Amino acid sequence: MANKINVKVLRQPDPHSGSHWETFGVPYEDGMNVTTILQRIAANPVTADHQPTTPVAYDASCLEEVCGACTMVINGTVRQACSALVDQLMEDSPNVIEVRPMTKFAVVRDLVVDRRPMFEALKRVKAWVRVDGYHDLGPGRRVLASEQEAAYPLSRCMTCGCCVEACPQFHDKSPFIGPAAISQAMFFNAHPTGRVDESDRLEVLSGFGGIADCGNSQNCVKVCPKDIPLTDSIAQAGRDTTIHKIKQWFGR
Amino acid sequence: MAEQHVVVVGGGLAGLAATMRLAEAGIHVYLISMVPVKRSHSVCAQGGINSVSQLTRQQGDSEWKHFDDTVYGGDFLQHQPPVKEMCDWAPRVIDLLDRLGVPFNRTPEGFRDQRRFGGTLYKRTAFAGATTGQQLIYALDEQVRRWETEGLVQKFEYWEFLGPIVDANGQCRGVVAQDMFAMTIRSFAADAVILATGGCGLVYGRSTMSMICTGGAVGRAFRAGVKYANGEFIQVHPTAIPGTDKLRLMSESARGEGGRVWVPRKPQDDRDPNSIPEAERFYFLEERYPTYGNLVPRDIATREIFDVCVNLGLSVEKDRLCAYLDLTHLSDDTHRKLEGILEIYEKFQGVDPRTVPMKVFPAVHYSMGGLWVDYERNDDTGGLVIGSTRNHQSNVPGLFVIGEADYQFHGANRLGANSLLSCIFTGLIVAPTVKNRLASLEHGTAGDQNVSLYDGAVKTNQARCDALISNEGDENPYTLHQELGEVMTRSATVVRDNKDLEAALAKIGELDDRYTRVRMSDKGDWTNQNLSFTRALGDMLCIARVIVKGALLRDECRGAHYKPEFQIPPPDADEPGELRKQAESWCEAFKKKNDKWLKTTIAEHTSDGPVISYEAVDTSLIPPRPRTYGLKGAEIIEEVWREMGTGGGVRAKKESAK
Repeated sequence: MANKINVKVLRQPDPHSGSHWETFGVPYEDGMNVTTILQRIAANPVTADHQPTTPVAYDASCLEEVCGACTMVINGTVRQACSALVDQLMEDSPNVIEVRPMTKFAVVRDLVVDRRPMFEALKRVKAWVRVDGYHDLGPGRRVLASEQEAAYPLSRCMTCGCCVEACPQFHDKSPFIGPAAISQAMFFNAHPTGRVDESDRLEVLSGFGGIADCGNSQNCVKVCPKDIPLTDSIAQAGRDTTIHKIKQWFGR
Repeated sequence: MAEQHVVVVGGGLAGLAATMRLAEAGIHVYLISMVPVKRSHSVCAQGGINSVSQLTRQQGDSEWKHFDDTVYGGDFLQHQPPVKEMCDWAPRVIDLLDRLGVPFNRTPEGFRDQRRFGGTLYKRTAFAGATTGQQLIYALDEQVRRWETEGLVQKFEYWEFLGPIVDANGQCRGVVAQDMFAMTIRSFAADAVILATGGCGLVYGRSTMSMICTGGAVGRAFRAGVKYANGEFIQVHPTAIPGTDKLRLMSESARGEGGRVWVPRKPQDDRDPNSIPEAERFYFLEERYPTYGNLVPRDIATREIFDVCVNLGLSVEKDRLCAYLDLTHLSDDTHRKLEGILEIYEKFQGVDPRTVPMKVFPAVHYSMGGLWVDYERNDDTGGLVIGSTRNHQSNVPGLFVIGEADYQFHGANRLGANSLLSCIFTGLIVAPTVKNRLASLEHGTAGDQNVSLYDGAVKTNQARCDALISNEGDENPYTLHQELGEVMTRSATVVRDNKDLEAALAKIGELDDRYTRVRMSDKGDWTNQNLSFTRALGDMLCIARVIVKGALLRDECRGAHYKPEFQIPPPDADEPGELRKQAESWCEAFKKKNDKWLKTTIAEHTSDGPVISYEAVDTSLIPPRPRTYGLKGAEIIEEVWREMGTGGGVRAKKESAK
């Protein structure tokens, strides 16, 4: 094992400047991941050709792939930096680790991107259960284990952005709402109380930038780090919006 | 009167629960967070959330027993009224979460499933797979998003809290915060400020905590005059997996679902663990604590793992301390309930824990201590007066603290699955408190204050920020942080010793000095993470001193604070009469120790470092008793203690008298 890892990072100082590559030689450590690499660069921001530079800006929080913060494109694949282990990356690409920001969001700086559009999409599909209030009104409805098992995988969405990064239909010139929001809409439509807003959600998904914009490339489900059955949600949304439209034609 | 605002700093479970409850009451909230709130550290909680349920009630459980388990687990260092109130609310908190759509695991009949956790004999823990914290925070995040669309909540994500704004009357009138992208600093005027900024694991370098758990916000409040309580009580979780960037938690639910901790009886036995016969395995927790087994409280499990690996030399590996956490005998169904953590182990270690025992070791996990807050006792119930403006208010009027950032609920050791409860509970009950404060303000509202109060606060913070950026020197903040982490982990974790703690204080002094010569590698004014980290390092040094000084002064063993030098030697005579005599003097020594040390440590900031004083603990509901957890050989202590009639020996006594 080479004792220095060759790391190429696509850098951009701010939203208005162009981007450029910088290469770093980072000493190898057992069990290290891409986050550790970025931490080591922060502690010693010097490029491989000994030029002082600024630390690479990046998002990171939980470091165990449950918060979704550190999503970036590593060796061409969108994923979380914390669970991108150097040993595994080197098996496929022994000479270099290439890190760049996601391409579907505006870059703030270096690897930090603005994912607010994803959270805005959650507002559009009313991704919540509209309860009467927060006083004690007893337990929720009883739920069968099979229903819980269907709901739980959808509920693990971290809003990390992998699915929209991989989606050919999601980009700055398209209004497509993206797989994550569609799946959340299906999650809440399946909930015994969340269902009260079902028709509003289906209205959004039937409209501009809704389900019809999905090109069925199925890239989303391949990159989802939580194995969320996104294409099942999309298929469900397709059926449900069709029924929703038919009901509307008949004036219901 | 101008519209009133409340600032909530921190968007984890506590901050979100407070925000949604305030919004429901029609109160406008500015929610400030360093990260999009959905990415707060609460997502890392795995195992579950505790409450009595219909089922456990019929097995003999009650709110009182949950309360008793919590204070016994905390070694009686908590004021009891807030803890009692929390346990009384717990079933209602779970019901609310259920209504909000949290996908709790279900029994075949459709009821919420529950698992057992440490420090109790009841299956009291509701859970959603092994990602319960994530599921709970998502439900609250969704509710807050709903209130955003209603116009009651305005989020300031990627904003960093720099400090409270305190007026000449000592009232908190808002906060100063910095946009972490544009780096602009502004004030937020508010009639109440709620800090819900979590723990301070980064003081220890690597811990199970997220990168945002620097203790920065808490350190800034402390330096602005808020008292800090019980700083020395830091929970070290028994089972984590070591990593170069962080120590990843392996939930207590693994043991709650039947996981067993063991080491080979032969030191560094290099056989495949699955091939080691039962008789050659040392299930030390089960052998030493037959009643609680692998589910003794965390401080005890941690000390036992440490003892077996370090003192007995039975670590599984020679160069890396670790014990086995074995789930290989569990069914596929059980593995599925633990999927969240099994995935983490598999992803980060490259080994399937369903077929090979995991290798784990203790890691810093939770701050029982935190900013000091008040409460008002309800003499009728023994709990709290809900809505009292004293609840969760710090010594700076108008500044409230909730969640892990406060100190009130867990005493000297927190029980697993009680933190999600305390976070949400405190978020819910702070809302009526704050509402009443807004209606009873002294010296006018924030909007009535002279604008110079806010301008001055912004200027002061801007000047500090500019000074840090332009500081000239040769010290690297990341190197200082690493050295701080090393000295803290060595001196102020599982086993503590006064000489080490003295040395740690000296080392922190040296780091403080070097910090004055710290140099930014980024002097820019756009998304400068270097600045944010270096500023937090200053706060970490400050909190480190509070932790170490508190630990140095406290000459006893209590919960997570363990100083062998001051341990009361356990009875060990063979002859029954002698054994009894030993136990009697043990109980006398125990009483004396409580008279001296059963008190809250209070730290106050001065320019010469923290000044420590103490405050009495309200133990009026359950008298303190020896904390043996049925340790083999300690039965005689329990027996003598009961006969002495010192109280608290029989746990159900108080309850039957109710």
